Amino acid sequence: MNAMAKTIQAAPLLSVRDLTKWYGQILGCRDVSFELRPGEVLGIVGESGSGKTTLLNCISGRLAPTSGAVEFDTSRFGLTDVYGLSEPDRRRMQREEWGFVHQNPRDGLRMRASGGANVAEPLMNLGGRHYGKMRQATIDWLQRVELDTRRIDDKPRRFSGGMQQRIQVARNLIHGPRLVFMDEPTGGLDVSVQARLLDLLRELVRDLGLAVIIVTHDMAVARLMADRLMVMKGGEVVETGLTDQVLDDPQHPYSQLLVSSVLQI
Amino acid sequence: MSSPQSKASAANASGSNAPERYYNYAYLDEQTKRMIRRAILKALAIPGYQVPFGSREMPVPYGWGTGGIQLTAAIIGPDDVYKCIDQGADDTTNAVSIRRFFAKVADVAVTEDTAEATIIQTRHRIPEKPLKEGQVLVFQVPQPEPLRGLEPRETETRAMHAYEEYGLQYVSLYESVATYGRIASTVGYPTMIDERYLMSPSPIPKFDNPKLDDNEAILLFGAGREKRIYAVPPHTSVRSLDFEDYPFETQTWEENCALCGAEDSYLDEVVLDDAGERMFVCSDSHYCAERRAAGHVGPMAGHQLAVPEKEPAA
Repeated sequence: MNAMAKTIQAAPLLSVRDLTKWYGQILGCRDVSFELRPGEVLGIVGESGSGKTTLLNCISGRLAPTSGAVEFDTSRFGLTDVYGLSEPDRRRMQREEWGFVHQNPRDGLRMRASGGANVAEPLMNLGGRHYGKMRQATIDWLQRVELDTRRIDDKPRRFSGGMQQRIQVARNLIHGPRLVFMDEPTGGLDVSVQARLLDLLRELVRDLGLAVIIVTHDMAVARLMADRLMVMKGGEVVETGLTDQVLDDPQHPYSQLLVSSVLQI
Repeated sequence: MSSPQSKASAANASGSNAPERYYNYAYLDEQTKRMIRRAILKALAIPGYQVPFGSREMPVPYGWGTGGIQLTAAIIGPDDVYKCIDQGADDTTNAVSIRRFFAKVADVAVTEDTAEATIIQTRHRIPEKPLKEGQVLVFQVPQPEPLRGLEPRETETRAMHAYEEYGLQYVSLYESVATYGRIASTVGYPTMIDERYLMSPSPIPKFDNPKLDDNEAILLFGAGREKRIYAVPPHTSVRSLDFEDYPFETQTWEENCALCGAEDSYLDEVVLDDAGERMFVCSDSHYCAERRAAGHVGPMAGHQLAVPEKEPAA
């Protein structure tokens, strides 16, 4: 409760206002507004094609929105419009303060470089020039994501899907970001591996006090990870609220459908 | 041209076709040479920056020095003295062909003497003898983009150069240390030009990297297939990348040159027979010959490799 109170008092880390993205005649997402505070985990749920990933790409500075603003509390400029920054400043901010975990580890990893080099790359991007220190940091992080450190120099393709995802998680956390975007981080994994990865992610996020925006269509992932949920349908946010509130007492008909369609075993 | 080595014959040749010589001089047409010269000026103005240019078809295949030949053709004049080396040697097929090409199309004097040459075209080496002000060293470059091995997208590598995002290059060094316990890459070793642009020094051995730094000569790099020109102007700082705990170092040999005894030159290993006997000789053939002429003697002096082959008349 204490932590929650602190979270509410803090100034917003990310502020999104009236975000709209049109792909020509086709709607990506419309009039999305929310604020995210440090240490908060926001889940975006909805069916395929509901605009979750479009929204995530717009927020993370990878896809310019048609209208609306995305403001982030940058360490160099304070609260600034992400798309108002010059390209080098935006890229630098993305590198230094953000992480992005892709659904498919092949999109987030350099498949030609070894696992260890993949994890260490953000350190080198931030000016790390001491091999021994970076090597040690890499080993520490491989341990944190429960990977065998003897395989540090294997190429990513020699790891299983779940292991690749762990490498990607380590790569996106090693430089101490303040905000991490996750696009279906457990998407392609089998259920038991999924559960272990979720456990790990939850622990890391809590330990590091990270703010996370996680896109998922899996209600279980949302329940486990997110403090707050946004339910999207047809490009619009139909319901927002605390995770337990939305999942236990959904108000919008679509949220009710979504929650009731989870298979019970 | 009975003796391509003599300046006199070049002068005779220039007399014989003087009226035509200045139009489409040195193989390329005037417009192309203008375009290339502008690219060279831009490259010199922004040291290490890869300037795109309209590379032309040349009478040799890509990979045989089309970039270097176009650079040379754009800057050469009848008063120049031209030297061409391949892997340091003046007498290899490619070097001999390109040298003859320019002796023919540009009527220039050619030489093997590094000090005497005004334009030196090279593949894979920088001559051992320090270059002087007024000389131009033209490199033939197969792949101008040092980041290409790790980042295949041209749009992305251009952005990285523009915004000076060079962390990625260290990934290759990291991999090398992780695999071999040291920075093991020996050719095309990445360099930072004037602390701004990351540059591939073309496939010269890293032994030659220190010679790039603060050089008195103009260093021009041409990649014909990749259509890029870049340059290092005289007295520019060139730093080879490294880690704080794994500093840059050049190759060393336990042997000296078997023919001239040089301790400080880049050595080629030559296998002599099927029994595994070998010798190490200077890769810079003119440097070695000059030392031998000056009386330096190596352990295998007088070996048949030291006997110069006569260049057949063109």
